[in-house]
Amino acid sequence: MRRALPIFVVLAGLLVAIAVVNPYFLEPPAFLAFVKRAAPLVILAAGQYFVIVSGEFDLSVGSLVTAEVVIAARLIDGSAEATWPVLALLIVIGPLTGLVNGIVTTLLRVPSFITTLGMLLILSGAVFLWTGGAPRGALSPEFRELGRGSLGPVPWSVLILVAVAAAAIWAMRASFGHTLIAAGDNDRAAALSGVRVARVRTAAFMISGLSAAVAAILLGGFAGVSAQVGQGLEFQAITAVVLGGVALGGGRGSVVAAMAGAFTLEALFTLLNLYGISGALEPAVQGVIIIAAVALGAVNLPRRKAAAVS
Amino acid sequence: MRSYSRRLLASAALAALTLPMAACTSDKPVSSASAAPAGPAAREDKGTGAQSKFFMQADYDAQMAMRRAQPTGPADKPWEQSIDPRPVDTAEYKKAGPYHLCFSNAAVNNPWRQVGWKTMQAEVALHKEITEFTALDAEGKDDKQISDIAELQGKGCDALIVSPNTTATLTPAVAGACPKVPVIVFDRGVQTDCPVTFIKPIGGYAFGAEAAEFLVGKVRAGGKILALRILPGVDVLETRWSAAKVAFDQSDLEVVGVEFTDGDAAKTKSIVSDYIQRYGKIDGVWMDAGATAVAAVEAFEDAGRPVPPISGEDQQDFLRKWSDAKLTAIAPTYPTYQWRTPIIAALKILKGEQVPKVWNLPQPAITQENLATYLKPGMPPLHYALCGCEDLPGYPAKWGGSS
Repeated sequence: MRRALPIFVVLAGLLVAIAVVNPYFLEPPAFLAFVKRAAPLVILAAGQYFVIVSGEFDLSVGSLVTAEVVIAARLIDGSAEATWPVLALLIVIGPLTGLVNGIVTTLLRVPSFITTLGMLLILSGAVFLWTGGAPRGALSPEFRELGRGSLGPVPWSVLILVAVAAAAIWAMRASFGHTLIAAGDNDRAAALSGVRVARVRTAAFMISGLSAAVAAILLGGFAGVSAQVGQGLEFQAITAVVLGGVALGGGRGSVVAAMAGAFTLEALFTLLNLYGISGALEPAVQGVIIIAAVALGAVNLPRRKAAAVS
Repeated sequence: MRSYSRRLLASAALAALTLPMAACTSDKPVSSASAAPAGPAAREDKGTGAQSKFFMQADYDAQMAMRRAQPTGPADKPWEQSIDPRPVDTAEYKKAGPYHLCFSNAAVNNPWRQVGWKTMQAEVALHKEITEFTALDAEGKDDKQISDIAELQGKGCDALIVSPNTTATLTPAVAGACPKVPVIVFDRGVQTDCPVTFIKPIGGYAFGAEAAEFLVGKVRAGGKILALRILPGVDVLETRWSAAKVAFDQSDLEVVGVEFTDGDAAKTKSIVSDYIQRYGKIDGVWMDAGATAVAAVEAFEDAGRPVPPISGEDQQDFLRKWSDAKLTAIAPTYPTYQWRTPIIAALKILKGEQVPKVWNLPQPAITQENLATYLKPGMPPLHYALCGCEDLPGYPAKWGGSS
């Protein structure tokens, strides 16, 4: 928990800064709207965390999100009856993509950076080929309810986010989480102590694919059909995980901090918008703040003891 | 190249930290209210920022005049009409049929071009004297289109139609083809007058002014306007905004933000939500293209606010939303029926009939009065209403619709 502290300090600071400009922000409807908007990225970051902590990368999630939304629109085509079967199909496609990523990475020994970059290109190429750049069909109002609607005052996305977060925390506390961290920390040592590294890492990729599927369902619901919906999301998710103080290369960091990292990124975007910082200055300011946040996280992290793994 | 500022940041930060991956950058002009020049001029500033370097007063004036001009030609076939035509003689190209037409297309990578391309193919099918139609798709790449144009010259085309990917880069390729075959350019222009005819709607200034003048008329004095643009640096989009800037600067409205959406619905919705929170109330939304208009409308709905006057485009999803939610809206257009005109022009040229040197097509706007005519229930959400395709064989199925 001590390791996750800096990101919460940064997040709290940003939320306070937003509230100073816009006092309405702390009222439940506005805050829930913020959480709702952040939910897809937070879920993606949670999935990405599993892959990163196991010592790999998943660059394919952004184009997987796009592919899922485009597929959903084409198959549903506005009909209410098709909604649930297609939702089920999307939930299957995500982990299947992850399975392919995992098998290629662990069995064929292609570095995950290359595997998932290839998957990114395959998926975005396939989407482009299938749609010619213009997605067809439409999402039904029932499908969009998950990303847009709410149960009473609480948006569905927030409820789904809570469920995903609970599942992720549970998974990391279970033995699966421990073997995952062991594999990411030192895969040889883990293998020698009986961890099935390939299997654990493949599972991490499948979780990442599943999180992309859930994010796609929420994003498609939030904003409707678009061929650009997932563009760049993989980088946002990885940045969020890094912001949360999770070590790239694996073996260190908590899933809660990774999700807090995603909230922080979203809060940062909101804050910059509220201050009216746009044009050429916007990326520069964002870059400075993020590097500072990551540096702060690194300073507070205890140095890895060389003798810890021997 | 698109500018994804936030995503760019994410990738740049990541690249700096870990990955040796090239991040995609583009020149982002300092454009927003915060960058407005200080001094006496700032007093008159309505938050619209500096004028675009693409702004040409003469072009602006010409387009404003054309908006009010009466087009010549059949009123029920706007794709055959022209505004202020200056005919050129084409006797030198006259030849007997049948004809082989060739087309170098910039891309079919967005719904607007998809609808246009289908319409053009249907127009070709109408004419029995066209026995061959060779089309090459440059997939949005200048270099591919340059080689496409060269390749088409070796295919025995009787006329060559070009929809250029970019203006300056394609100019030499078009200039090189002109001496060998009659060339027809449409949609985006080239910097040479060697083509027999250049076909276009009135233009970007007319589009931007139409939307801005509507808001000036509908929003109360002092009202807050949010301007949403897709991306900077594209001439047809820059002119849309620069004409709107002229109109807003002369008005008593306040432009509280000029934001780039990357054409991304989720980003559009987030930007609009943030502005609603920040200002409490937004009184009007101006857009340089309507593809994400529905997302902007939904941002107001989801925030539980009434939707203010808004401009969109002739896409079915926006027209449907407009009708269902009883919006106060306008849809300026960049009609896809212009894809029919090059085929008609090619046949006229090959028959030795006169065509306008610059074929300015009318560019109507969809208003509350004519909304019902353009809202086509069976058509897909991304269909463009001004396709002029309703009388073509295969409609509506070929355009993805059902009757």
